[in-house]
Amino acid sequence: MTDLTKLTAAETARLIRDGEVSAVDVAQAHFDRIAKVDDRIHAFLHLDTEGALGAARRVDEKRAAGEELGPLAGVPLALKDVLAMKDVPTTCGSKILEGWRPPYDATVVQRLRDADLVILGKTNMDEFAMGSSTENSAYGPTRNPWDTDRIPGGSGGGSAASVAAYQAPLAIGTDTGGSIRQPAAVTGTVGVKPTYGGVSRYGLVAFSSSLDQVGPCARTVLDAALLHSVIAGHDPFDSTSIDQPVPPVVEAARAADVRGLRVGVVKELGGEGFQPGVEQRFNEAVALLTELGAEVVEVSCPHFVYGLPAYYLIAPSECSSNLARFDAMRYGLRVGDDGIRSAEEVMSLTREAGFGAEVKRRIMIGAYALSSGYYEAYYGQAQKVRTLITRDFARAFEQVDVLVSPTTPTTAFRIGERVDDPLAMYKADLCTIPSNLAGNASASFPCGLSPDDGLPVGLHVMAPVMADDRLYRVGAALEAASVQRWGHPLLEEAPEL
Amino acid sequence: MSTPAATVPDLLDYDEVLERFDPVLGLEVHVELNTLTKMFCGCPTEFGAPPNSQVCPICLGMPGSLPVVNGKAVESAIRIGLALGCDIAEWCRFARKNYFYPDMPKNFQISQYDEPIAISGEVELEVEGQTFKIGIERAHMEEDTGKSTHVGVTGRIHGAEYSIVDYNRAGIPLIEIVTKPIEGTGALAPQVARAYVAHLRDLMRALDVSDVRMEQGSLRCDANVSLRPLGETAYGLRTETKNVNSLRSVERAVRYEMCRQGALLAAGGKVMQETRHWHEDTGITTPGRSKEQAEDYRYFPEPDLVPVAPSRKWVEELGTTLPEPPAQHRKRLFEAWGFTEMEFRDVIGAGALLLVEATVAAGATPAAARKWWLGELARRAKETEVELDALSITPAQVAEIQALVDAGKINDKLAREVFDGVLAGEGSPEEVVAARGLAVVSDDSALGAAVDRAIEANPDVAEKIRGGKVAAAGALIGAVMKEMRGQADAGRVRELILERLGAE
Amino acid sequence: MPAISRDEVAHLARLARIDLSDDELNHLAPQLDVILQSVAQVSEVAAQDIPPTSHPLPLTNVFRQDEIRPCLSAEEALAGAPIVDGAQAVEDERFRVPRILGEEA
Repeated sequence: MTDLTKLTAAETARLIRDGEVSAVDVAQAHFDRIAKVDDRIHAFLHLDTEGALGAARRVDEKRAAGEELGPLAGVPLALKDVLAMKDVPTTCGSKILEGWRPPYDATVVQRLRDADLVILGKTNMDEFAMGSSTENSAYGPTRNPWDTDRIPGGSGGGSAASVAAYQAPLAIGTDTGGSIRQPAAVTGTVGVKPTYGGVSRYGLVAFSSSLDQVGPCARTVLDAALLHSVIAGHDPFDSTSIDQPVPPVVEAARAADVRGLRVGVVKELGGEGFQPGVEQRFNEAVALLTELGAEVVEVSCPHFVYGLPAYYLIAPSECSSNLARFDAMRYGLRVGDDGIRSAEEVMSLTREAGFGAEVKRRIMIGAYALSSGYYEAYYGQAQKVRTLITRDFARAFEQVDVLVSPTTPTTAFRIGERVDDPLAMYKADLCTIPSNLAGNASASFPCGLSPDDGLPVGLHVMAPVMADDRLYRVGAALEAASVQRWGHPLLEEAPEL
Repeated sequence: MSTPAATVPDLLDYDEVLERFDPVLGLEVHVELNTLTKMFCGCPTEFGAPPNSQVCPICLGMPGSLPVVNGKAVESAIRIGLALGCDIAEWCRFARKNYFYPDMPKNFQISQYDEPIAISGEVELEVEGQTFKIGIERAHMEEDTGKSTHVGVTGRIHGAEYSIVDYNRAGIPLIEIVTKPIEGTGALAPQVARAYVAHLRDLMRALDVSDVRMEQGSLRCDANVSLRPLGETAYGLRTETKNVNSLRSVERAVRYEMCRQGALLAAGGKVMQETRHWHEDTGITTPGRSKEQAEDYRYFPEPDLVPVAPSRKWVEELGTTLPEPPAQHRKRLFEAWGFTEMEFRDVIGAGALLLVEATVAAGATPAAARKWWLGELARRAKETEVELDALSITPAQVAEIQALVDAGKINDKLAREVFDGVLAGEGSPEEVVAARGLAVVSDDSALGAAVDRAIEANPDVAEKIRGGKVAAAGALIGAVMKEMRGQADAGRVRELILERLGAE
Repeated sequence: MPAISRDEVAHLARLARIDLSDDELNHLAPQLDVILQSVAQVSEVAAQDIPPTSHPLPLTNVFRQDEIRPCLSAEEALAGAPIVDGAQAVEDERFRVPRILGEEA
């Protein structure tokens, strides 16, 4: 019998539709896999076995009743623990939310349910999505399936690792500065950050509201596109949601055609600080795109280098405000309420006990950047840099259809290596941040293993606002050609767990 | 919390304050809009609902929830801005005002900061025959907070205190209207403040954008007061007095702060720039929430909401929906009602203009409407220490009672009892009449029998009337009314007497 | 010259309602200083005439109809209230919170 966990989401859905396997068996196979490997990976914070098997059963009943099933009906999915799911624990990787069960579903969760996906559970993450390694989770780190001494990226390390470790064919991530794409790159999976406003943020616990975006994680480009089309589209509960048709991502993934596509290599995203093996695989991927008929040119985006400092002012500023609500009054942790201390004291004690070091660092950077007297020099100036980066993109997209760079300067680093060096940690997001600042669509696709350490490397593709389909066009073409060249999907080279 | 006696400060005599100082006012008025739903979510805004029954993930600030602007609230804000003579911004944003407080679910308030929807307006007031122009600095949109109730344990054991919080009010749309510094009011400062708030109240009511019930908090006033030595141009340090919940309090609180600050300054002291709390019962202000230096609110544009850019066409359209300006409105009513100037001024002074207008609109004559509102009802409002419009009777009900009088179903004396019943919540005037059995006896046979008895008992009076002395009928009418315990139409009784005695 | 002093970090912690320990303050202050010195690079960019971007997309006027939607029940609203001494901090259908400084009865 086939290993149900090794199938793609598209294949799984087809087998369920055709009645060759039951959705319940598929879900159970994944729970078995999780039981077997997750003590070593720690991708999951919470499993919703009952809810998932119930959803799977309903899919089987629908099929039995002759109802039409959607393109991903019955497919298991891992949900990043930053999205509200009714009555299921939602911690955001933080102690401060321990025990909280939201009384509502995020719009994305509602859409997943409506499309009959089977949500297995909630995945680990850096606390409140702040980090690039998943080491900042209050519940312990997630490990990279390629090498369990290494980080799986972050903040969505749990989602990427669950997909890479065959614990789920699909996962939902969120990306504020690279939290979908960087984990995808270092785990050899596909991760897409849709256009800002393309997927509803309602129910996504905000880190930085003007940068956060929900997106798909998968093992194949087509699977990511199918999931993308399920979760995307206008939502009246999110004021920043775009009221336009979803770009034709599934068609683009099926077309897998880059002939005549103009590809720009961003001059500023390479060179010093980039691991040679990463640059080598990146260059090979670009060469492959040329072979496949793309026109490749070099493009300059001079302000991208200021993306990192601008990001580390804007994101902390917004987070300092967004995380103010965790105050021990209405939900979550309360520390020090002895009947004598004031509300103010209890708030301060709870926030001290409930937040980890990185969250505290960012809240305080943000409070500083927004303070009267510093606002213009820090937050105000960062917002201007944001404008300049958006203009760099606009100018570049006059010349080319997509931009490319490595997703991260290095492959997965070792757990603990950068924990106490925030600046080194922040550099992991150098290439991914500009797209969050400008709001355009971006993705990471596997482009091989770095020859110097044998770890996965990602190709980062950036497309204009609401041109998400171009990402899939490039990703699918690259995937088809690479798999042909390697003789198998990249993940098959990962060690057995 | 009662006021500890030790903090009761000295007050300078009001006249003395004015001999030495010039008051400058600044008024911040919060108007709760009467939209069906909250500013950023679809929860209802009904006053007095059970605690935490009108809340959702959004107004509770739950993780992941997002605000969406109520379009009707923006429309109301624009109409208010236009009615205050303001310019409406072509583009403005919401901003987050960051500070921690348990009644604020997100620990920031969504408000507007340097880009309010309406700026630079003006309001004209008449106080004691003088005209005052009040400059409007801005009007902006924001959300209300929840309500915390302090629970103290008797005996005041330290620590045995806590609060309980109801978030029904959290997220109700507010418009904050801020004046420019109001100068040159002199001795009339307290009255000007009151007149300004009364004007806003009438304006909001005419616009139909708010219930403007001060006692329910749907209109709230913060009064900034400062004094400067006469002849000085620089402003003195000001205090901001909160919890001013009636028109009368506005006047009293301003006057009190003038006297308190006057005493401090006269003694060579300094006024602390602080928030103070008005106590309606004791008529004093006390220092409020302590503010660690100047609070740093760390305002920044609200990233979860997109800018508001009202098209000029929309603004123009809304301009055509404005009620007539108050001065013009008063002039029109004055001409229509035929009151003397004195009578008309009394109506305005009593805050009864709109009440009388509505009563007339419901069918009463202006004179009858005035009679009830300025007489019977004003007396009751005074007795219970509430504003006239806070009485639990509507203009339509007043008109209905007058109609019952006009139809001869009740008389003025009974009408007072009907007012009692309606104010006590016993139902509509008709229901009160029925329930209390107040209708005058219009059954001619019953009345006729009483008339006959009265004639029989007073033969000499009856003889006079037969002889043409119609005026003597009064004595017989009195006797009949007494027998009927007042529940008869005196006019009808008179008719019956004259009929029986062949007079006329 | 450090960008931020230990005292300023302590002030920010109070502003952000985080009761940092002395050890944490000692550890955090130099880290914040390094980060702030690094992000101060944004000031190198000449941007006087550049408008700031607060929202990545040029959307305006996103409004909702004034229509009532279902609320949570009080029970649902209060269900997540923090636990104090083994019981939920709820009283009289309201959230029970520690005494609020400066509050008027």
